[in-house]
Amino acid sequence: MWKLLQIELFKIFKRPRTYIAFGAIAAVVFLIQVALKFDGKSYIDLLMSNLKDSFDFNDDFKLDLLNGYLICFVILNTLLIQMPLLVALISGDSIAGEANMGTLRLSLTKPISRTQYMLVKFLASVIYTVALLVWMAVLALFGSMLIFGTNDMVVLRSEGIEQIQSFDVMWRYIAAFGYAAVALTTVSALSFLLSVFAENSIGPIIATMSIVIVFTILSEMNIPIYDQTVKPYLFTSHMVAWKGFFYVKADAEGTTINGSIENLPAIMRSLSILLIYIGLFFGSAVWVFRKKDILT
Amino acid sequence: MSSIIQVKDLNKDFGEIKAVSNLSFSVSAGQVYGFLGQNGAGKSTTIRMLLTLIKPSSGTIRIFGMELQKHRKEILRKVGAIIERPDLYKYLTALENLRIFGIMSGIKISEKKLMDQLAMVGLADRAHSKVKTYSQGMKQRLGIATALVHDPELIILDEPTNGLDPQGIADIRNLILHLKKDLGKTLVVSSHLLSEVELIADSMIIIDKGKKLVEGKVNELFDPSETVVEVKTINDEIAWEKLKASQLDQFILNKRNDAILLKLHREQVPVVMKEMVQMDIGILSFHSKHSLEDYFLSLTTANQHVETVAN
Repeated sequence: MWKLLQIELFKIFKRPRTYIAFGAIAAVVFLIQVALKFDGKSYIDLLMSNLKDSFDFNDDFKLDLLNGYLICFVILNTLLIQMPLLVALISGDSIAGEANMGTLRLSLTKPISRTQYMLVKFLASVIYTVALLVWMAVLALFGSMLIFGTNDMVVLRSEGIEQIQSFDVMWRYIAAFGYAAVALTTVSALSFLLSVFAENSIGPIIATMSIVIVFTILSEMNIPIYDQTVKPYLFTSHMVAWKGFFYVKADAEGTTINGSIENLPAIMRSLSILLIYIGLFFGSAVWVFRKKDILT
Repeated sequence: MSSIIQVKDLNKDFGEIKAVSNLSFSVSAGQVYGFLGQNGAGKSTTIRMLLTLIKPSSGTIRIFGMELQKHRKEILRKVGAIIERPDLYKYLTALENLRIFGIMSGIKISEKKLMDQLAMVGLADRAHSKVKTYSQGMKQRLGIATALVHDPELIILDEPTNGLDPQGIADIRNLILHLKKDLGKTLVVSSHLLSEVELIADSMIIIDKGKKLVEGKVNELFDPSETVVEVKTINDEIAWEKLKASQLDQFILNKRNDAILLKLHREQVPVVMKEMVQMDIGILSFHSKHSLEDYFLSLTTANQHVETVAN
């Protein structure tokens, strides 16, 4: 099993297209960091525009806000929406790409069960997804910490702002990246399932993105009839729950409580739903693939 | 000789289409078994069923005495195959491809063994070149090397000479004979090129529209003392009627668009020719053929003729 996984990873990381995603992430992170390095004050002004009547922020305070933790939060907000496409590039290619190359039939004449083959393929996709997130963490979190330094992190919310003390931030990022890995694995599993039905990788990639876009629109729409009937069951509604790790509880005086999470059960519920989706997508993919006649 | 492959009453339906119909055959150990049929005859479907790529609708396949579906892994460990085109990972080198498929075959293979395998198919000096730079013939040879990398007992080659130039075809033919004679392997070789199979196979099966037409040893099926004679006449319809009404009826194989085929012993040829002249059949040409190709065509076209008449 481990040998087969090594083969899959070798194949993935030998392909030039694999590095497109890493390059795209590096480019976006770099562009955001450069923009905020040279014009961060304007960004903070924009961010705080709704609050300027209630609070008086001086320039020094604004510069304190613009630290590595906030920059990473901004980058995550921007990039995690685009990441499904980057993940689908590999997962969508997983089975369909092999079918297209003609290597699927050769691989399946080897003494490996189809379930084992699928498991290895899926695990390789998950490892690729985690590698992308680690790459993003290195650039967005550690890179920003290096460029902008660290300080208390301010999170803007509809009802105001909350301040998380700098020593209380890092574990939240670790948890958020962990959650993002599960969220993106859900997309990966969907793309993997679609890949079983196709004979070239373009179809599953486009289909995955179409589903993610449609579901995201439905998740974001404020139509009461959907709020209870559709939204809670869409995986896209739960993909953004990573933000919950940065929403903290406050005491009676309104001071944030270190180490707290405002609504941990909601995060856990979202996590469970994503895990169920992963199980369903992957289980269906294996079920279909086991029965499939290989005609390519 | 013991049977390596035993296929019984094999059927495969794709919806309404019957790709393979009640097919039964067996392959003995240490022989080259030719699997013949025109394009679309059901060869690839059958071979894919032998390799578990396609599930049969019904019937049984036993390989090495074991039921294929129940002992899939155990059987496939001892089987090497290429199916139609030898498609490999084009962005990897020949050595990397070979290593990957070697590991997937479940055995540990040394670098030296891999290089030996490449040397056997004449690719040692291109071991580190990416497959995308290979010619069709080189890909085909590398495909065979991947099929052989784990030293299988049974080798299944589906159309191994497809797309090759005459030299490439000769190389593959020699390799097949080497595998059989020197290494004692059992090979199933499918092809629509009968001239190729004629040169390498010990036994063969001819299928058409998924059904077995004939199976047996090549030298028995293709008796050199017999010949297929193609007779072209001024009026085929009249000639056909006259022959059917005569004692020569027993020699009629079938009728093609522009000729009548007769199956005769060599010594009968001049006698039959004389009788046809005496029957006042306007003969344009009387052409005796010896190749397996004609035998194959006579069988498959006869099959089509029978179906047409039945319909």
